[in-house]
Amino acid sequence: MTSRRGRSATAPPWPVLVPAALAVLFLALPLLGLLIRAPWSRFWEVLTSPTSLSALRLSLLTGAASTVVAVILGVPLAWLLARATFRGRRFVRALVTVPLVLPPVVGGIALLLAFGRRGIVGQPLEALTGITLPFTTPGVVVAQVFVAMPFLVITVEGALRGLDGKLEEAAITLGASRIEVFRRVTLPLVGPSLVAGAVLTFARALGEFGATITFAGNLEGVTQTLPLAVYTGLEGDPAEAVVLSLVLLAVSVLVLVGLRDRWLRTGASA
Amino acid sequence: MRRHAAGLAASAAVLLALSACSTPSSDDGQGTGGSTPRGSITVFAAASLKEVFTRLGDAYTSAHPNAEITFSFGPSSGLAGQIVDGAPADVFASASAKTMDTVIRAGLAATSTTFARNSMAIATPTDPTVRVTSLADLAIPGVKVAVCAVDVPCGTAADKLFANNRLTVTPVTREVDVKAVLSKVQLGEVDAGIVYVTDVRAAGDAVVGIDIPASQNVTTDYPIAVLMDGAENSVADSFVAYVLATDNLQVLLDAGFLAP
Repeated sequence: MTSRRGRSATAPPWPVLVPAALAVLFLALPLLGLLIRAPWSRFWEVLTSPTSLSALRLSLLTGAASTVVAVILGVPLAWLLARATFRGRRFVRALVTVPLVLPPVVGGIALLLAFGRRGIVGQPLEALTGITLPFTTPGVVVAQVFVAMPFLVITVEGALRGLDGKLEEAAITLGASRIEVFRRVTLPLVGPSLVAGAVLTFARALGEFGATITFAGNLEGVTQTLPLAVYTGLEGDPAEAVVLSLVLLAVSVLVLVGLRDRWLRTGASA
Repeated sequence: MRRHAAGLAASAAVLLALSACSTPSSDDGQGTGGSTPRGSITVFAAASLKEVFTRLGDAYTSAHPNAEITFSFGPSSGLAGQIVDGAPADVFASASAKTMDTVIRAGLAATSTTFARNSMAIATPTDPTVRVTSLADLAIPGVKVAVCAVDVPCGTAADKLFANNRLTVTPVTREVDVKAVLSKVQLGEVDAGIVYVTDVRAAGDAVVGIDIPASQNVTTDYPIAVLMDGAENSVADSFVAYVLATDNLQVLLDAGFLAP
């Protein structure tokens, strides 16, 4: 009796419970649909088809390459945004967040107009070096870096801001150069956030669709990554689309599991 | 995509209703056996039909003020998939007999009628980087060619075109529908794209079309069908009859289609 009363005192009222339950159901049902309708009997056969395998290989390759590029370019940018004071810093930070809210297909068109054959950078690039980016695997990486790098920059910048500056100051007073301090003190301290940012970047790159199909096109083995293969599969063999969707879902779950300490427990990201 | 004509049709309907108060109605609908088509329908149509169906739809709703048509244009194979998965469409107009068969085999349409045929053309940019003048040029290494995805009708037709002419063409991209091929050509990102004759015509000055001689060309049938969802809807039957009417064939021919 007492325990019952105690429970009802803390139980949420139904005007909260009902919409909350609906929200959970709404988020869970599509995933359930994917699992139930999946052609399990053909799963392995479809997964190991040449189209699926080449999409899988290409996605892993470009996703990894994009993450590496994002780390190389993004960590210094995060450091600048967190530590340096310069004119236009707020503008640069706003610029970093644009790809987060921009529809990826718009990003793809913007990339075409910049790096395409007739683009402001693409045209001189082709004239000077003969290199063109659209319809190539490096073009896929360009599209992925554009949409995914902000995840890395923002995560690492947040971590750098939260750092206690005393350790770095101590290193400087002990005679370390600024580069040394960055490499041997700052980087190890933000290590976990860097890994989290890199995982997020990889996941976003892996899921990239709109910018890729617009900028890099859609050709098996060259630019057809997993999401593009899913979309193309819907035109011909929907079973293939469902199986590849499950692969992408599994990756998302793995990312969540990997980041569970950061997101699922506290709900706050560094 | 709801068209402006719907608004016009609504205002026209009000006017008609007002005039009906004074004069006893003697409208044409009675004469042709059925009542005046009334209601709204959703038409799923191949991307290549966008311009001509928009025009036919406008003309139809002007003539039938109580009818309203909403179009959804896309790759025929994708649309057929959506219909089989239960999309609420009343009429389906496809760019290939094969995709229409998918819908008929699923029991979602009784029969279909071919209302037009289309043939292929080469679309090239207005200021080409590499000038393409014939089908054979597409096989030259370094010439960038865009075609539709393998399972999309325009992609199937492109592959057949290359095979019939014994050409080995390696496209740089296989786009999801014919309009996506056309936009890659318009942006100048490719040197040529295989599209329908009607797409080149519809694009106007945006691309330069190169005709493929009939002896080398392939054609594709355009069937139209009333779907089960539309079976009870007089507008669905009436719109399909309108598309098939010999009077309206000229609209299709003007757009570059061939007679069925």
